[in-house]
Amino acid sequence: MPNRIVSNIQNIGHRVIESVWRLGVASRFFILVLLKSGTSLRRFNLVIRELYFTGVLSLIIIVVSGLFVGMVLGLQGYETLQKYGSESAVGTLVALSLVRELGPVVAALLFASRAGSAITAEIGLMKATEQLAAMGMMAVDPIARVVAPRFWAGVISMPFLAAIFSVMGVFGGYLVTVVFIGVDEGSFWSQMQSAVDFRFDILNGFIKSCFFGVAVTAIAVFEGYDAPPTAEGVSGATTRTVVTSSLVILGLDFILTAFMFRGVG
Amino acid sequence: MTAETLIEVNDLNFSYDTRAILKGIQMSMPRGQVVAIMGGSGSGKTTLLKLIGGTIQPTSGYVKFAGEVVHELNRDALFKLRRKMGMLFQFGALFTDLSVFDNVAFQMREHTNLPESMIRDLVLMKLHAVGLRGAHHLMPNELSGGMARRVALARSIALDPMLIMYDEPFTGLDPISLSVIGNLIRRLSDALGMTSIVVTHDVQESLKIVDYVYFIADGVIAAEGTPKEVRESIAPFVHQFVHGEEDGPVPFHYPAQTYKKDLNLEDNFA
Amino acid sequence: MQRTTMDLWVGLFVVTGVIALMILSLKVGNLNVYNPSQSYVITGNFENIGGLKVRAPVKGAGVVVGRVTDIQFSTQTYDAIVTMSLDSRFTFPKDTFASILTSGLLGEQYIGLAAGGDDVMLKDGDKVMKTNSAMVLEELIGRFLFDKAAKDDSL
Repeated sequence: MPNRIVSNIQNIGHRVIESVWRLGVASRFFILVLLKSGTSLRRFNLVIRELYFTGVLSLIIIVVSGLFVGMVLGLQGYETLQKYGSESAVGTLVALSLVRELGPVVAALLFASRAGSAITAEIGLMKATEQLAAMGMMAVDPIARVVAPRFWAGVISMPFLAAIFSVMGVFGGYLVTVVFIGVDEGSFWSQMQSAVDFRFDILNGFIKSCFFGVAVTAIAVFEGYDAPPTAEGVSGATTRTVVTSSLVILGLDFILTAFMFRGVG
Repeated sequence: MTAETLIEVNDLNFSYDTRAILKGIQMSMPRGQVVAIMGGSGSGKTTLLKLIGGTIQPTSGYVKFAGEVVHELNRDALFKLRRKMGMLFQFGALFTDLSVFDNVAFQMREHTNLPESMIRDLVLMKLHAVGLRGAHHLMPNELSGGMARRVALARSIALDPMLIMYDEPFTGLDPISLSVIGNLIRRLSDALGMTSIVVTHDVQESLKIVDYVYFIADGVIAAEGTPKEVRESIAPFVHQFVHGEEDGPVPFHYPAQTYKKDLNLEDNFA
Repeated sequence: MQRTTMDLWVGLFVVTGVIALMILSLKVGNLNVYNPSQSYVITGNFENIGGLKVRAPVKGAGVVVGRVTDIQFSTQTYDAIVTMSLDSRFTFPKDTFASILTSGLLGEQYIGLAAGGDDVMLKDGDKVMKTNSAMVLEELIGRFLFDKAAKDDSL
């Protein structure tokens, strides 16, 4: 028995060291991607192609989820607020929760599972089928030609997707509370407008979504590039992308929120 | 062997961690020849190609390509050198998101400033050479294995390289595609004056088309010679390999303790 | 490669994203009412600010005319110095009355400005002299009990 405990402890230690190791490799890879971004910025067509796959194809899920999240917020907020007779504040509730938190966070989570996993699978498959090696043998750097455009496309689309999510959410809340339930339209908007501040709420939400975009795409391209070149390797990497991104998004959200809203409001 | 030497491999060693993959390889390949490197699976053939292409660094020794020591080049010089090489990967490694035409045009677009009309002509010429001019609009997933490899071949000769390396070009092909690829390798080498290195374990097909053969076993060159010499060789390893015998210097059984012991027969009946 | 249709979709995506950001800024965040670039700052000393917070609105006759940008405690006078940033379209006389009010029973607290009759207007950096502190619930209850006790005595 003690032997088993020792080996368990060894196992844990081994895994910790392994994770730190991977983090180091990932950071070096991230810097490499940044250094080799010149090509994708000069030949912007490469990025536009990837914008289509990461941004445009994520639109539907973002729009639909945003609408529903906003509608649920509206319903729940109305139920709670009407007990205190302040149901006109439902606009404030919907807008603030979306712009500050739910917009960037939920959009980033959806983005990680829709676009992030696709990026990982694509790069991993290109590696498994030796397309990356072939590119290297053709004197074309795969990081500059394949990884960097995907990275920048992800970084660019994330803030847009988060903004679209928030707008759809506010619209969903408006739909449920004003159109269906009949909360006064004027006070819905005016309460929202007097409570939501451009710099503190909208700009901070925007900054958050930028951070999330960088984090999710960096994880996605790294997991793809680092995937073992087999079918199991690629599927494992895809799962890891979604799990790691989700955890990083939530952790990062806490840190950013603590920085941004500390002692304010 | 009168032509000048294109590739010189001198006392090349390569170890993965502590496991020695290649031990003191010595080779010399003249311009314009088709050379086969044969050996069992896991004998380090593909590693040798990677060393020639400069994707990995040798532990000691060197590979000289057109007078330059490959592993001593910096990144830019290495990339310049690789433009003179083509490589055909095992399953073609076509870019799945590009059409056949764009695959072949890939290197021209990346490395040259040729106008699009000229690229079009060049691509169609290269595709014509492999007999697939009519397939230029297809996507890679619409091609059969043999066709994909022919497209990949057209792609690797896109910039008229001095050397093409073939990594297992015959794997998983039907007999017709197999001889098509074999003949293409020979024809293209002769027509373009390229050196070709064919890494394979398909003995019969490759002996028909190559000028010289190296056998690699356990990281060393076990035998070498022209196809004629190889066919007539009485060296046990070569004989086993060429004629595909089950047992010989390469044993059928993985090293193990005695059969009796494994089945616990000795304990019970001793 | 259908580059043109793809470009079109990406263009549409970017336009949608920018529009979404603009809606957030203008419609939800109401950026146009309060523009910090055209504003002037005044301060006021309050004995007690209650639950007033930074970013609380400053209202004149119920209309938002600015926001509270800073709240400090003064060790000289032992009261709170509230800094307000007002839209420069709205000027107030020098003897304007600033009081801390509450919107509704449980609503947020804001500063209400009641204009005086002076000819001289408040300028950037000026100080409002007349202030009225926040109503604190305990004080209200205390005063009510005191009044009631006094009434009971007189009976």
